[in-house]
Amino acid sequence: MTNSVVKEPSMLLQKDMISGHYSKLARAEETGNTVAYTFVPGNLTELMLAFDMLPVHPEINALQNGMRKLSGEYIAEAERAGHSEDVCTYVKCDIGMSLKGNIGPTGEKMPPPNLLLLSYTGCFTFMKWFELLRERYDCATTMLHVPYQAEGHITKDARDYVVKQLREVTIPALEKASGKRYDEDRLREYLARSAKAEDDLVWVLESAKHTPSPIDAYFGGVYYIGPLFTAFRGTEAAVEYYQALRKEVQSRIENGEGPLTPEGQMRDQRFRLVVEGPPNWTHFREFWKMFYDEGAVVVASSYTKVGGLYDRGFRHDPDRPLESLAEYCLGCYTNLNLPSRVDLLVDYVNDYQADGFLVNSVKSCDSFSSGQLVMLREIEKRTGLPGAFIETDLVDPRYFSAANVRNRLESYFQMLSQKRATAVTS
Amino acid sequence: MESRLTPPTAIGALTARCEELIADLDLGNVRAWRAAHPGRVVIGYLPIYAPRELVHAAGGLAVGIVGAGEELEIVRGDACFQSYICHLPRSVIELGLSGKLDSLDGMIFPSTCDVIRNLSGIWSLSFPKKWVRYLDLPQNFDASMGGVFYRGMLEGMLRELCELSGVDPKQADLRGAIRAFNANRRALRELYALRATEPWLTPTSEVYVLVRAGLLLPVEEHTAMIERYLGLAKAREARPVDNARVALRGAFCEQPPIELVKTLERAGCYVVDDDFLPMLRWPERDVDESGDPLDALVAAWLDTPLEAPSRYTRCNAEKGQVLIDTVRSTRAEGVIFAAPSFCDPALLDRPLLLGALDRAKIVHTSFKYAENTGQMQPIREQAGTFADSIKLWGEA
Repeated sequence: MTNSVVKEPSMLLQKDMISGHYSKLARAEETGNTVAYTFVPGNLTELMLAFDMLPVHPEINALQNGMRKLSGEYIAEAERAGHSEDVCTYVKCDIGMSLKGNIGPTGEKMPPPNLLLLSYTGCFTFMKWFELLRERYDCATTMLHVPYQAEGHITKDARDYVVKQLREVTIPALEKASGKRYDEDRLREYLARSAKAEDDLVWVLESAKHTPSPIDAYFGGVYYIGPLFTAFRGTEAAVEYYQALRKEVQSRIENGEGPLTPEGQMRDQRFRLVVEGPPNWTHFREFWKMFYDEGAVVVASSYTKVGGLYDRGFRHDPDRPLESLAEYCLGCYTNLNLPSRVDLLVDYVNDYQADGFLVNSVKSCDSFSSGQLVMLREIEKRTGLPGAFIETDLVDPRYFSAANVRNRLESYFQMLSQKRATAVTS
Repeated sequence: MESRLTPPTAIGALTARCEELIADLDLGNVRAWRAAHPGRVVIGYLPIYAPRELVHAAGGLAVGIVGAGEELEIVRGDACFQSYICHLPRSVIELGLSGKLDSLDGMIFPSTCDVIRNLSGIWSLSFPKKWVRYLDLPQNFDASMGGVFYRGMLEGMLRELCELSGVDPKQADLRGAIRAFNANRRALRELYALRATEPWLTPTSEVYVLVRAGLLLPVEEHTAMIERYLGLAKAREARPVDNARVALRGAFCEQPPIELVKTLERAGCYVVDDDFLPMLRWPERDVDESGDPLDALVAAWLDTPLEAPSRYTRCNAEKGQVLIDTVRSTRAEGVIFAAPSFCDPALLDRPLLLGALDRAKIVHTSFKYAENTGQMQPIREQAGTFADSIKLWGEA
């Protein structure tokens, strides 16, 4: 692996956006900005921005710390403080970071929250996580209970329940924490910008239907979703980022080029894969390299849907502000029941003409991982394609065994090659 | 100590019957109930809470499913779950795929954690012809929000149960069901109260199997069983010994082997309170029997101070308060935190509860188990040391 990393211009743009956001957070106290901690799935970024609140996403801090090789020590710190080795490492990384002075991934101090905005979407652990943070910060907390899509669709009862909570619980809590009045027109402006950026994100994700694919929809995809899934949805900066990204991808399509990897343009695309599950962050580049070295490109992934299923048609809607925020929360990937997840992944395999399907099962996340083995078999049955299963973790470096992962991937790719050769012969 | 705990014959017969029921993974008594009640439905439910009154009102039998303990070899269940997922779902799937739950017409999966939530989907994929209901218990406890949502969910569930059973219960049937379960929960509260005051009369190894039998029996039969036990226990001649009085927490979902409960007693502990099987004991008050029955069930969930890791606590001051109050009211001298391995709710909650106990100056110890834990010696040593330390250095 080379030391100099090749980056797309849009990546550099995003890097500036992120570092700018962390700087704003570091100066929040002096600038008088209020801060809300919240989670990515079901986040209410436009609503927070309408109150001029700065969002902090603890799981983004954790993954950034994972990529910067800081998470191991933070997890150890949390375990020394009594947190079980069995539980989510995002939580422990966040708690550990806080215990060690709450210095964020960029080296700047994170502000304490004025409000913990718990949008309880698709992950039980979120609730415990914010109970733990509430005890630590002793600050205001507001809970938005987002029901699960157990019946495979968003019910009217569920939407009404979330809207009523937004109106009667969440908005008053934001008003109180920010000291500002709710302005629905302002919210509509943010939502309109969100929809624009969402159109471009979908275009980018669906560009992987081309052969060769101009993007990697997993390793590259996690960068592409960054602005929309975090602090920038609804901002002009996000709109500009997605326009720039779209131009980059358009140019690659026109030139018949593949995605940019950390080591340059990916030229040989031997395998098109659909991937289920989050990536490992502690060895991200090493993990990605195992794919592109073998000519494997990911054409669709479920992880890039944790912050919204835009490719299935959802858009934030300025004409139905709270209703569309409710539908957004209800529609995130991990809030889907397992049969719906299987349907989605089967569609991806077919629509993106994938050669195979891979599960990266992470120890930390029951919301994703529990049931993946059953999903794998069901998808194999319905697509007729062989699947593969590997195990890593989100940010605990102890659970990334490079040799094991590589062995499994290489065996899987060999098997795909043999099947292809057999198919050609017959 | 053994001789003092040896039950009289009648109690022995009663607890032996409970142990037989629990050990019968083929659910023989449920099959017998079905045979005796043709056309009626049997509905399974998982931890940690489901309104069983609806099943009862629809003429059915609600059967609690908490895994398979230590007796069943897990093969197909292990093929469905990675090693870092708790044990309960793998044994539930094993039971299902091996046909041991064929007597169930449907299953209710409450919103206890991500694993049970996703298990509802696995169940749908594995048994497409069976009725499956995910019970999304509200975490917003305002009647106009969580209450309205929950009421809609109960109405939907009742409607589906009616379609399944062909029974259309009237309000009186629902009130009758509430009365039956209120009577059962009252009996359980009396049992817990007796154990808290005179644990030497009601060893937890007996209380536990007696309560757990309620997962499998018609509610009226279970109530009668508890009442019979209470009568026998009160008449028992037993003297207290110098055990440490402890409350146990963390075991609200996946259940420990019965041997683990016995081990705690052998180690010198009187378990004077526990959180085993809240699915049978919640709400810990009577549900209103006079008004609209569904509203009464909604209010029971919203208004009762239930403390469990699956339920959101609204402020820091609430966290652990029910536990602390229980420790005080039962005169427990310490808390044993026993949680299943890989149980996210229990293990994420543990630092919060232990912090609350520390602030209240209540001593505690922690260990993990699985439903098939076989090695009890380390637990006996840890619990014994904890009990000794309470006796040697406690304030009492």
